[in-house]
Amino acid sequence: MSGSSGQSAVSARELKFSYGQRLALDGISFEVRVGEIYGFLGPNGGGKSTLFSILATLLRPDQGQVSVLGLDIVEEAALVRHQLGVVFQSPSVDEHLTVEENLVHQGHLYGLRGVDLKSRIKVLLERFSIDDRRDDRIRTLSGGLRRRVEIAKALLHQPRLLLLDEPSTGLDPGARRDVWKALEELRSSHEVTVMLTTHFMEEGDRCDRLALVDRGRLVAQGSPESLKGEIGGEVVLITTDDPEALCVEMRQRLDLDAAVQGSRVRLETERAHSFIAQLVETFADRIDALSLAKPTLEDVFLHRTGRGLGEEE
Amino acid sequence: MSDLLAATTLWNREVVRFLRQPARVLGAVGMPLLFWALIGSGLSSTFRLPGGPEDLDYLEYFFPGTIVMLILFAAIFSTFSVIDDRNEGFLQGVLVAPVRRSALVAGKVLGGATLAWVQGMLFLVLAPVAGIHLSLRSGLQVAGVVALMAVALTAFGFAFAWRMNSTQGFHAVMNLVLMPMWFLSGAIFPLSGAPGWLGWAMRLNPLTYGMAALRRVMYGDLSLSEQSLPPLGLSLTVMVIWAAVALAVDVWLVRRGGSP
Repeated sequence: MSGSSGQSAVSARELKFSYGQRLALDGISFEVRVGEIYGFLGPNGGGKSTLFSILATLLRPDQGQVSVLGLDIVEEAALVRHQLGVVFQSPSVDEHLTVEENLVHQGHLYGLRGVDLKSRIKVLLERFSIDDRRDDRIRTLSGGLRRRVEIAKALLHQPRLLLLDEPSTGLDPGARRDVWKALEELRSSHEVTVMLTTHFMEEGDRCDRLALVDRGRLVAQGSPESLKGEIGGEVVLITTDDPEALCVEMRQRLDLDAAVQGSRVRLETERAHSFIAQLVETFADRIDALSLAKPTLEDVFLHRTGRGLGEEE
Repeated sequence: MSDLLAATTLWNREVVRFLRQPARVLGAVGMPLLFWALIGSGLSSTFRLPGGPEDLDYLEYFFPGTIVMLILFAAIFSTFSVIDDRNEGFLQGVLVAPVRRSALVAGKVLGGATLAWVQGMLFLVLAPVAGIHLSLRSGLQVAGVVALMAVALTAFGFAFAWRMNSTQGFHAVMNLVLMPMWFLSGAIFPLSGAPGWLGWAMRLNPLTYGMAALRRVMYGDLSLSEQSLPPLGLSLTVMVIWAAVALAVDVWLVRRGGSP
C-alpha cells in the first residue's frame, strides 16, 4: 500500500498502545494521501480516541511508527506540531475570552504576531461567517458557532494536516452541515489533508476514504462505495414478535440466508426486491413491518464485526 | 523568541481571565482582610512577642503573616486554574502547539504569581493601619520578597495540580500541605515561642524563611529583635532554591507525561 510515499500525508505501521492491561490499539497500519478526507469510523471505546491522541502528539505509541508529511511523530514531534491543526471533541477555546482573543492567543502559541496575525484572523473570521461575533465571549456562543471557532483556530497557522475528533458530536443538523461545508471547501481550495474520527455512518459516507475501527484493529479500509460494494445487493429488515422463529422458518421454507439482529430479522441479498412479495404472502400474519434499503456503512461494520456502531464495549 | 511570545500570551490570559471573574477578585481581597481584622483585633491585647518591643500588638505582628496567607491563597487559586484548563479543554490545545514545555510552565506560573503579587501589594497599602511605616527602600524590598514568595508558592502548587483532574483532590493538598505550611511559618506565632519539636518543624518549613525575609525587610532588618528569626541572607537563599526546584519539577512533570 505504500509505494507512492511522495503522495502520502500520514503513514502508520503496526501501531500498538495499551493503558496498563487494557489493549487499546492492536497493530494498526494505514496510509493517508495528501489532500483527501480520511475517516476512522467505529463505536466509542474501539480505539479511535487513542489513535487520535497519538496522531495529535499527545500520546506515544508503545510500538510501531507514524510519519506525518515525512516526519516521525515521536522523534520529530516539535516539527510535526507546526504542521498539525487539531480540533478536539471537547472545546479547547477559553470561554472567558472573546472569539478574537482566543485566536490571538492561538496565533502567539504558533509564533504568529502583528499584522500577519491580524490579517489571518480577519480572513478566517469572514470565511467561517463569525466576524460579527468577534468581540463576543465564547460562553455566549452556540455549540455550532463554537465548533466553527475551533476549526478557525486550528487553521490559523495554515497546517497541512487537520485532525478532528468527532467533529459532529453534540451539534444540531444545521451546524453539522456548516462543519462539513467548511471541510469540503478546505479540500477543494487547499492542500490540506483532513483526518477525522466519527461514530456516525453519515459522516463516514462523506469521507474520501475511511477505515473501520473495532477493538483496536482496522477491520476494513477503502472508499465508502467500495466498502458498501462488498456487501452487494440490498438489505431487508423485518420487524416481528419472535425473530428467532421467523428466522428459522425463512431458512427452511424459502432457503434464505436470514439472521437475527436485535429484535429484527435481517437479510442481505442481491435480489431482495423480487421476493419481497412472496415473503410478505408467506408470513403475512407474522410480519409487523419490513424495510428494504441499500447497504450502509453500518451494514458493512455489522458484516465485518457482528456488531453495530451503537453497541459499545 | 517564539517561546517568549508563547509564555507571554499564557501569562496575559491568566491575568485577563482573573479580572473577568469578579467573584475571584472579591474573594482574593476580601478574605485576608477579614482574617487580619478579626483575628488581629481579637488577639491584639493578649499577645506579647517574646523579647519584642512593648508596643508591638497582634494586629501588627499578624500583618506580614496575612500577606503570606494572601499570597498562598492566590497561588492556590491559580493552581486551580491548571486543573480548570485541563477540564475545560484549553490545555490540550496548548499541548499540541509547538510550544516548549518550559514556556508553558513559565506562562502559567508567572501569570499566577503576578496575580498573587498584585494582591499582596494592594494589601500593603494597609501597613500604616497596622502600625508599620515603610520607607521607599523597604517598600521596594518588600515588593521583591513578595514576588519571590509568589513564584515559589505558585510553582509549588502547580506541581501538585498538574496531574489532578478535579479541584476536590486539590483540597486535600491544600488542607494537609499548604495550610500547615502557613501555620508553621511564623505567620501566626513566632518561632521563639514554639516548643522543641514544633520549632524543628518550623525550621524545616521553607515558608518560614519567606516569612522571616518579609518581616526583616519590612522593619529594615534592625528594629525587630526576635533572635530566633532566621537571617535575611539565609532566608532569601532558601526561597530562591525553593522556587528554582519547584519550577524545575514543574517542567519535568509537564515534559514527562502525555496528558491522560
